[in-house]
Amino acid sequence: MAKPSAIYGLMAEFDEPTTLVAATQHAHREGYRCMDAYSPFPIEELHEALGAHHTRLPLIVLIGGLCGCIGGYGLQDWASAMAYPINVGGKPLHSWPAFIPITFECTILAAALSAVLGMLALNGLPMPYHPVFNVPRFALASRNRFFLCIEARDPKFDVEGTRRFLETMHPREVSTVAG
Amino acid sequence: MNNVADHVKDDARHDHRGAGAPGLDEDPLHAVVGTGKPPVIAPGHTFSTVTDKISAIVLTRKTSLGWYAGFGFSFLLTLMLFASVSYLFVKGIGIWGNNVPVGWAFEITNFVWWIGIGHAGTLISAILLLLKQTWRTSINRFAEAMTLFAVACAGLFPAIHTGRPWLDYWLLPYPNTMGVWPQFRSPIMWDVFAVSTYATVSALFWYIGLIPDLATLRDRSQSKTGSVLYGMLAMGWRGSAHHWHRYETAYLLLAGIATPLVVSVHTVVSLDFSIAILPGWHATIFPPYFVAGAIYSGFAMVLTLAIPIRAVYGLEDFITMRHLQNMAKVMLVTGLIVVYGYMIEAFMAWYSADKFEVFVPYNRMTGPYAPFYWLLLFCNAVVPQTLWFKRIRNSTIALFIIAIIVNIGMWLERFIIVVTSLHRDFMPSAWGRYAPTFWDWSTYVGTIGLFVALLFLFVRFLPMISIFEMRTILPEAKVDEDLRVI
Repeated sequence: MAKPSAIYGLMAEFDEPTTLVAATQHAHREGYRCMDAYSPFPIEELHEALGAHHTRLPLIVLIGGLCGCIGGYGLQDWASAMAYPINVGGKPLHSWPAFIPITFECTILAAALSAVLGMLALNGLPMPYHPVFNVPRFALASRNRFFLCIEARDPKFDVEGTRRFLETMHPREVSTVAG
Repeated sequence: MNNVADHVKDDARHDHRGAGAPGLDEDPLHAVVGTGKPPVIAPGHTFSTVTDKISAIVLTRKTSLGWYAGFGFSFLLTLMLFASVSYLFVKGIGIWGNNVPVGWAFEITNFVWWIGIGHAGTLISAILLLLKQTWRTSINRFAEAMTLFAVACAGLFPAIHTGRPWLDYWLLPYPNTMGVWPQFRSPIMWDVFAVSTYATVSALFWYIGLIPDLATLRDRSQSKTGSVLYGMLAMGWRGSAHHWHRYETAYLLLAGIATPLVVSVHTVVSLDFSIAILPGWHATIFPPYFVAGAIYSGFAMVLTLAIPIRAVYGLEDFITMRHLQNMAKVMLVTGLIVVYGYMIEAFMAWYSADKFEVFVPYNRMTGPYAPFYWLLLFCNAVVPQTLWFKRIRNSTIALFIIAIIVNIGMWLERFIIVVTSLHRDFMPSAWGRYAPTFWDWSTYVGTIGLFVALLFLFVRFLPMISIFEMRTILPEAKVDEDLRVI
């Protein structure tokens, strides 16, 4: 595993969502950029407090849906009118109204798959190992505790200084995250 | 790890002090306010009590004897399903009662019944999410699981009904040496795409909703096996704010995508009938009437499951009377739409002045299957009218009985649509009768066993209520605007 000297960052633990949002805003104002906040449920304000950008996910879903739509229609048209032209009940080979239900279903399927796979890919999941799990109390991040982790790769990071800064926000505890 | 356990105990004590704090009762979501509505979550709960109570069912509570008995019995029924299907594969569909002119009978009835039941899960998780109905939170997880298992049972029927089920893959468009492609103008092909898309999207929706809760189980599991297995399923979820943001976006988009999907699926199922020119099937009312019927039967099934589950697992704090009452109201409304469908069906048959169309409702009311038609009207149109009364909506026993009756009524509806339309169509010389055989029944009852067995496994191994969504509806989850600046 990692060398004992290498640290990933410093992690402060809070009791309430409000204090975590306040602490994150404060750290952002102080100039910290490489940090992440962890909570047991989604907190809208937290994402803004980190100064993060909007996600590209909706665009990915739109592109996925369009691919499914064109692909689904193209498959039916090609198979029914070109690859295997067969006259059924005197209907035209390119009988587009009959192709709409499957086109619709293919659109939905591709859009849903791109929403799920896109979300996982952008989040970098599955991720079998992450340093934050080295902190034993981090197990509570999926129960009732709120964590702010300032990472060592931040240019402003300094083990002593950052720890002192985190202590000013009255966390329950500040722990060192082993790398 | 002992260290963490100590902390957890410490936290529990700390949180209990916070329980019942002043201000809790003022929250409209959680308190019995002037409207007289019961709360969606009982007062006094915190992040930790919600987490512990729901995860304990999976992790620490002893598996009861009742669970083993229930699972064992439903598993026996599942084995009966396997036996019936095996015998079917050996002998062919001649072991069933359907024959010309009734080519579709129990299998298609059961298919439509099961897929209709599935619709409530997607409705609760997608449409009610978009409409910001917070009460959906405690019932969406197992309603989605119910959807998934119901769709699995539904998909089985058309697959084994094809006669040579080992060639079912011919339904898929794939390049083959025969140079043949599926007939895309056929509603049966639309069905293949609609049902398989529905099954996939339901599974994705369910799994995505589970990820944060699987992380909770991973962190709280006392056993090595448990934390490894739940850990693999949670895929390393750590609750990062960036992740939550994309997660919420994905979940909302999926809800938006699933909403038209759920409407399309039962529409396509209804087109299986209405595209044909058979009197009794060839009706434009079919799509909306089928969709309403699907939601109606789905909510009946959610009530059938929710009422015993909340009593057995002591979940009255989370699945409150508010949920049961709301579901009863949805049932009442969709039930009325279904009744409107019955009326329009009969009216349009008369108004068409077509001899064969007029004969269909007449035959349903007076023909050989008339007792079933009147029983269907009693189950679906008469009994649910009791839901207008508040006293009935407040009684879990009454709701449970009504839900069972509606389940039966909706099955009868599909039986009437499928069988009575087919058995007497145009030429009296081509008329016939249908009666189910033992194998029809054993396959149908077997799928009920499979459905119940899967549900037993689900409540034992996965959190049946969404833990993280329950946390968000607690009053302490709100970020206080004034306290932002330290």
